[in-house]
Amino acid sequence: MTNNKLIDLINITKSFGDNIVLDDLNLYIRENEFLTLLGPSGCGKTTTLRIIGGFETPNTGKVIFQGKNITNLPPNQRQLNTVFQKYALFSHMTISDNIAFGLNIKKKSKAYIYDKIKYALKLVNLDGYDNRMPESLSGGQQQRIAIARAIVNEPKVLLLDEPLGALDLKLRQDMQYELIRLKNELGITFIYVTHDQEEALTMSDTIVVMNQGYIQQIGTPEDIYNEPQNAFVADFIGDSNIINATMIEDKLVSILGAKFPCVDVGFGKNKPVDVVIRPEDIDLVQPEEGTITGVVTSLIFKGVHYEMEVLANGHEWLVHSTDLSPVGSTVGIYVDPFDIQIMNKPESEDEEAVEIEE
Amino acid sequence: MTKLQKNKSNNIHILSFPYIIWMAIFIILPLILIVYYGLTYKTGNITFENIFFIFDPINFKALKLSLWLSFISTMICLLLAYPVALILRNTKMKSNSFIVLILILPMWMNFLLRTIAWQNLLERSGVINTLLKTIHLPSLNIINTPIAIVLGMVYNFLPFMILPIYNILIKIDKDIINAAKDLGANNMQTFIRIIFPLSLPGVISGITMVFVPSLTTFVISSILGGSKILLIGNIIEQQFRIGNWHAGSGLSLVLMIFILMSMAILSKYDSGSGGTKI
Repeated sequence: MTNNKLIDLINITKSFGDNIVLDDLNLYIRENEFLTLLGPSGCGKTTTLRIIGGFETPNTGKVIFQGKNITNLPPNQRQLNTVFQKYALFSHMTISDNIAFGLNIKKKSKAYIYDKIKYALKLVNLDGYDNRMPESLSGGQQQRIAIARAIVNEPKVLLLDEPLGALDLKLRQDMQYELIRLKNELGITFIYVTHDQEEALTMSDTIVVMNQGYIQQIGTPEDIYNEPQNAFVADFIGDSNIINATMIEDKLVSILGAKFPCVDVGFGKNKPVDVVIRPEDIDLVQPEEGTITGVVTSLIFKGVHYEMEVLANGHEWLVHSTDLSPVGSTVGIYVDPFDIQIMNKPESEDEEAVEIEE
Repeated sequence: MTKLQKNKSNNIHILSFPYIIWMAIFIILPLILIVYYGLTYKTGNITFENIFFIFDPINFKALKLSLWLSFISTMICLLLAYPVALILRNTKMKSNSFIVLILILPMWMNFLLRTIAWQNLLERSGVINTLLKTIHLPSLNIINTPIAIVLGMVYNFLPFMILPIYNILIKIDKDIINAAKDLGANNMQTFIRIIFPLSLPGVISGITMVFVPSLTTFVISSILGGSKILLIGNIIEQQFRIGNWHAGSGLSLVLMIFILMSMAILSKYDSGSGGTKI
């Protein structure tokens, strides 16, 4: 990843009828970056991708690609290629013809096209599938052909619209590694759209969390997970305890009446805030050692850890731990100051977190 | 297969019995009779004379004219229908189903009535010529010509071309077209390489549904062609009218061979995706 801006979206607004899908969106994508647009359905992530691909025109705003304004350029004249959600393979053509489609349009030589098909099939681990028809392939294989069809055109950017959405869990995980490998081998920019936070965390250099047409947070997967900027991001990414709290002073926050030391400064005195504590960051200790005490109300074995709910000061705390505390036992809750994430309350209604349907 | 499943499938088979009986009486039996009459003399002896009756100059001329007019009508229908179907597909309006309704509305009226209506319109002193006369334009004399017959065929069979093409076009996923454009194809290339090939099954079934009834029609030609223009359908009808079932059946068999041949050729181009039904 370099620091050169490859694509710059400036003040993009898009509405369908009365429905405003994107409202004054600003975002840039750097060369060789794996950027993921993440959010619930209807957040505007796919529309953003389609605007970059040229399938939608923004109502206002500009799309800058390598310094040139391409806002009104049709898709066939853009140096980028898309992998569609439902593969969109040409069912009347063989796999080779599918992969060769873009190269045939560009009138490349037969030998060049032949080499490219071989290379692309090897890259997606589907050697020897040249003369098969798309419908004889499994979903995962079709998706890899769709990727092969896009990359033989040597695009500067590959746009991927929930490409793994239709695959089953195991295949999805395999394909995630496959995509990371492809990205590294090709050395091009990937813009990836998904509603699956795990997919986003696994593959991305940068995650853009979106909701209701607004960008909620841009950052590395670590930033997004460890330091969510608002309750929506915290809730959407992973499990979390999001609690109303009051910032008493710098480095001291009052959560449900108990004073927790933290590391955040600059919020002012007695300011209402949201606090995010990840379930794995809560330590269950002896009652007298905890900041507050509570009673374990439920216990579920999840494989890697136990998931427990602890009722303390009127709040159900979600706790992940490899150590088991039986239901009914009284425990102390302790949180390391570094693991308490303080967030400002949303200022406007537009930024307000909404219920997540998925 | 368990006994229960077997019973169940047997039960379902029973439901097809009424239709099988219907088919036996009204489709299979007549076919057998046509083959029998077509290949025999009145005495019952086997002959190919009824088949070779097609080479009689009048009959052969009628067959050639039928093939030619049906071909022309089918092509005109295709040229008219494809753009309409394409426009309907591309304008995703709520009124689409209303437009389709208007297109198929004439099909709900009696075929004979519609053809007789055209006769009234086209007649020498018919509606169109009366109108032309009042605004001092030369009159239109196409009644009793092949043009009038083609017009009648196109008018009557056009919906059968539009519907299968429209049905298959709306099934093409927008993202397939987006993918072609994404890979660099312009609108023309996208149409030639993607949209048209994918719509072929609809085109084939449209061609079949226009060509076959055009080839066999005798009503359109006798109403709009007067008694001057004989299509093969008229000749067959005449033979049955004068009581020569053997000659009529022989010519029918020849026509059937042409239909089967044209369908065999067409199905070669159908990539096996099953075509569309209306």
